[in-house]
Amino acid sequence: MNLSIDHLLGLKGVPKEDLNAIFDTAFSFREVLDRPIKKVPTLKGITVVNLFFENSTRTRMSFELAEKRLSADVMNFSASSSSLSKGESLRDTIQNLFAMKMDVVVMRHPTPGSVKLLSQFVDAVVINAGDGTHEHPTQAILDMMSLKEKFGTLEDLNVAIIGDIRHSRVALSNIYGLKTMGANVMLCGPPTFIPYGIESLGVKITYNVDEALEFADAINVLRIQKERQGKGLLPSLREYRNVYGITRERLAKFQKNITIMHPGPINRGVEIDTDVADGSNSIILHQVLNGVASRMAILFLLAGGKR
Amino acid sequence: MKFRIKSQLSDEKAMNRTITRLAHEIVENNKGIEDLCLVGIRTRGEFLARRIVKKIAEFEKEELPLGILDIVMYRDDYRTKNRLPAVEITDIPFNIDNKKLVLIDDVIYTGRTIRAALDALIDLGRPSGIQLAVMVDRGHREMPIRPDYVGKNCPTAANEEISVKVKECDGVDVIDLMEEDK
Repeated sequence: MNLSIDHLLGLKGVPKEDLNAIFDTAFSFREVLDRPIKKVPTLKGITVVNLFFENSTRTRMSFELAEKRLSADVMNFSASSSSLSKGESLRDTIQNLFAMKMDVVVMRHPTPGSVKLLSQFVDAVVINAGDGTHEHPTQAILDMMSLKEKFGTLEDLNVAIIGDIRHSRVALSNIYGLKTMGANVMLCGPPTFIPYGIESLGVKITYNVDEALEFADAINVLRIQKERQGKGLLPSLREYRNVYGITRERLAKFQKNITIMHPGPINRGVEIDTDVADGSNSIILHQVLNGVASRMAILFLLAGGKR
Repeated sequence: MKFRIKSQLSDEKAMNRTITRLAHEIVENNKGIEDLCLVGIRTRGEFLARRIVKKIAEFEKEELPLGILDIVMYRDDYRTKNRLPAVEITDIPFNIDNKKLVLIDDVIYTGRTIRAALDALIDLGRPSGIQLAVMVDRGHREMPIRPDYVGKNCPTAANEEISVKVKECDGVDVIDLMEEDK
């Protein structure tokens, strides 16, 4: 049950066996979350530091909860209240932290590749909680776990990822993971949101949302990142909604139940309508629960054994 | 370390008789089946527990509640071992508060598995009591833990092993004493 990887930096190149081990372990840990005492002593004495150089609610809370459910000691660090604002370099900050003997670091940072850099100079397990527009592997793992729960297998499953692919680390990690697991992936969004050359990863591309829905057993609807507006990529949010928004009327054209996912936070009425996000085909809240369980599994499999 | 069979301790018939006796002893000792629940420890303990439940149902006309416990999350040795054990689901579909629980396992050796199982159960509630039934007691305890029901006492050397096989996962019912194959 050991993973072949020492750190979880991204899903590129992570083998199927590792992903399956994480899913299996995660389904076992989910039972712990239903108990009256939701805590096991598995990572007692292991110290985890959550380094967040970018804002996050869901991912940080989910990691913190997973760590606490496993009885690890948790330290939280956010860039805004640290000596970084006094001009200390990232490397110095982290080396000081690690002089205090940390076992695991969970990091989110706006710079792609920062997590890999970190893994090269600290003696600890490194888990990527999102590095810029590069990867967000734990989100993709929980997305895949939720699909596996719903469909039983990912083999030959048709998954469409709809929205701002270009700025999305969730999309890239999902593409790597889903392809490894044997799923078929279609990307959909306005041409300004589809990176040039991405079809080389073995994905289909469409600019027509109806085509994506026709193809899909499940759709992963990405958030329109409002902070990236005003760069000339979209005429307006209203136009995006009219052309790409997932609405009940649009789904009603298809004679099938399409499973709805969203990594959150949701812009209701922009990329997805409320009655779809909260509808019976939505597994958005399962994703949140599976997020805690899959992060427990990742922490256990990477930090639980002998190092 | 490789092992070879040194001698057979029980065949299918003998195992059946042992399970029948354990079932009767459990009911006798508890003066009936009121509040009694069985908890099998994965993997072999689960199947032995299922058989004991079935056996008790034959003469008490009632199926006892059965839970399955996975103790991997509670073990004390995975930080010193090179290979991580697989975590599997714990499935105890009843409230254990104020219940008389009987833990079932195949072999008791150092007692560390049972220590982990006790910790796991305490996290799930407050049973009125916990008893322990095992198919084989091979000695060498490292903790103050003692089974209440024993299928077979079998003193062993530290370089020997006890192998309990059950049809449900091994295809045969047999208990063997194994010795190191040098």
